[in-house]
Amino acid sequence: MKTDLTRRHLLGGAAALGLAGLPGRARAAGPLTVGFIYVGPKDDYGYNQAHAVAAKALKGLPGLEVIEEERVPETNAVEKTMESMINLDGAALLFPTSFGYFSPFVVAEAKKNPKVQFRHCGGLWTDKDPKNAGSYFGYIAQGQYLNGIVAGHTSKSKKIGFVAAKPIPQVLNNVNAFLLGAQSVDPSITCQVIFTGEWSLAVKEAEATNALIDGGADVITCHVDSPKVTVETAARRGAFVCGYHVDQSPLAPKTYLTGAEWDWLPIYKSFVADVQAGRVPPNFLRGGLADGFVKMSPYGPAVSDGARRNADAVKTEMMKGGFEIIKGPLKDNTGKEVLAAGKGLPEKAIELESTNYLVAGVKGAV
Amino acid sequence: MVAETAPSVVTAAATRAAPAIRALAWLARRAEAVAIPLGAVLVGLALFGLFLLTLGKSPAALVDLVWRGGFGSAFAWQNSLQRAAPLLFAGLCVALPARLGLVVIGGEGAIVLGGLAAAVVAPPLSGLPAPLVVAAMALAALLAGAAWIGAVGALKAYRGVDATIASLLMSSIAIALANHLIEGPLRDPASLNKPSTLPVGEANMLGAMPGIGVHWGLSAGLLACLAAWLLVERTTLGFSARIAGGNVRAAQIQGLPVRRLIVGFTALGGACAALAGFFEVVAVQGNANATLAAGYGFTGILVAFLARHNPLAIPPVALALGGLEASSGLIQRRMQLPDATILVLEGLLFLCLLIGETAYGRFKIFSPHLWASRKASAT
Repeated sequence: MKTDLTRRHLLGGAAALGLAGLPGRARAAGPLTVGFIYVGPKDDYGYNQAHAVAAKALKGLPGLEVIEEERVPETNAVEKTMESMINLDGAALLFPTSFGYFSPFVVAEAKKNPKVQFRHCGGLWTDKDPKNAGSYFGYIAQGQYLNGIVAGHTSKSKKIGFVAAKPIPQVLNNVNAFLLGAQSVDPSITCQVIFTGEWSLAVKEAEATNALIDGGADVITCHVDSPKVTVETAARRGAFVCGYHVDQSPLAPKTYLTGAEWDWLPIYKSFVADVQAGRVPPNFLRGGLADGFVKMSPYGPAVSDGARRNADAVKTEMMKGGFEIIKGPLKDNTGKEVLAAGKGLPEKAIELESTNYLVAGVKGAV
Repeated sequence: MVAETAPSVVTAAATRAAPAIRALAWLARRAEAVAIPLGAVLVGLALFGLFLLTLGKSPAALVDLVWRGGFGSAFAWQNSLQRAAPLLFAGLCVALPARLGLVVIGGEGAIVLGGLAAAVVAPPLSGLPAPLVVAAMALAALLAGAAWIGAVGALKAYRGVDATIASLLMSSIAIALANHLIEGPLRDPASLNKPSTLPVGEANMLGAMPGIGVHWGLSAGLLACLAAWLLVERTTLGFSARIAGGNVRAAQIQGLPVRRLIVGFTALGGACAALAGFFEVVAVQGNANATLAAGYGFTGILVAFLARHNPLAIPPVALALGGLEASSGLIQRRMQLPDATILVLEGLLFLCLLIGETAYGRFKIFSPHLWASRKASAT
């Protein structure tokens, strides 16, 4: 009786050991596994889709396995997602794409897993952070400036509108660029901005879009995680619309003018190539139109020839690098001087990381 | 009718069979509380299996992944336990007021305000020893949560405002208020693109529990559940609350302080929820920011209903849901199913349980008082 029990226990133990050995996939050997983590759905017509499109394009590459997880909140859940990708799927390169993932979660996981490379979208990495972590981001305000030029040519009411998530530097740069682009066409143009307070809040985005159009704005753009609601609402009201994050022209085929899009594929390809070749990918990578990190949607049917020529000419300038969107003399919308005459901020200027003003002509408060 | 035929026989039989029947009856009454939720969960799982089949996915593969992602390894357990921790507090915020018949669904607001209150008191106290600072943070969180959900109770007790609606609306107000403060007056100027309050300081952070790798919120949550159970089941206060929850008029006639009970239990629930926010700040984030509203408060509603508002049933239910959520990533990655899959499962389970609520008392096997009448009418 006693031996029987012992044998059964032994057998059970052996079975458990066998089971424990089964699921793990071989790490390092074989293809490189790359993990993408998104804060929202992959098909949001916005921020997350921009990344997911690039991830999908990577899937065809040889020697590469791509795993993805969507709707991962910016809590310790993302730590577990990263650990799960590393421990269960053998991921050696991770792209946690949402801004709020970085501190403390990406930093903590990078310290815990020194052999895994972490590259976070948002540009937060500094020298003090682990060397197996890093950041990448794009100068997308360039795209909003070009949006503004086309909007400036198209607007009849000389009022344009911006649906914004939160008054943080990146969003403020986009609002400023949109209006400054439009004012480069006609200095009398003004831009009303409405902050919804959340990155994704469909009801408020629809309300804001309607309020902007009711207030006379006839070209709308936005900076929220998913521009879908804003673009569709504007299209339904017959207003023109400039896109953001990805090409939203299918949502507003008649009134979509153009849009500021991310193109993450070149960045991801270069990171993957680095890791596959045994190199450490760059810790800090930024680029704009010139580097192919940012691109423009094809012009819609409502865009005039003059608008196209103007926007294309400025785009050519931007491709050379160093284009100054924020250029003195410039005042903010409370009358305070931002830049004196003769000064300007090119896209790489560090001052743009801490923008806390809206330029003159923007109606709204930070 | 029973009495007419043969009163003495029945009484004699009942007396003889008394110990066995009483034991069976005791078991049957307890079994009902287990069998009905279990049955509802099984029906929910079956419906979900059908849903998966229509998508062309294998339910067996999903079960396997839920097991592996949620419970199959030490890592999976850690993952599940970590996700369960805030749900313990959030579940109590629903379960405690439920004893008085109130459905409070706005725990999310108390979590957010609790976290914010905790984060706000830390920086001014930065010179003091860490245990003092942490205690002050916990106290601030408790007070904030108790005040917020207690106000919902007060609105119900003194103005007759529906607690469900009031708590939900007040939760929206709490989140908006917290966001406003975090992005405005309380913002750390260094938090450029992720508005946050000033950091509470490395020294004041609670690390993980040794050996488990899960933060202290888990053990605190378990203690809170135990304390809540003792309060509800083993004290006169808890007994009074249950009476008032069963029949307000009867409780008032008995002279029970119904209004004060309502305010007290809602405040206690709010204080529990606030602790989830406190641990989010002191063990996870290190400051208060918009991610305090991570949805724990809403999952907590599901936890409490699954646990039938029994504080001792909250930990296993929270663990089960934590395990489900822990495995959702693996399900996404291995089965190419969207994240919403687990939400569909949770929704189906919730629906089946609510329908299951109507089944109580309908099964003769669980109702000892019906056995006797059946036997009696047979004779």
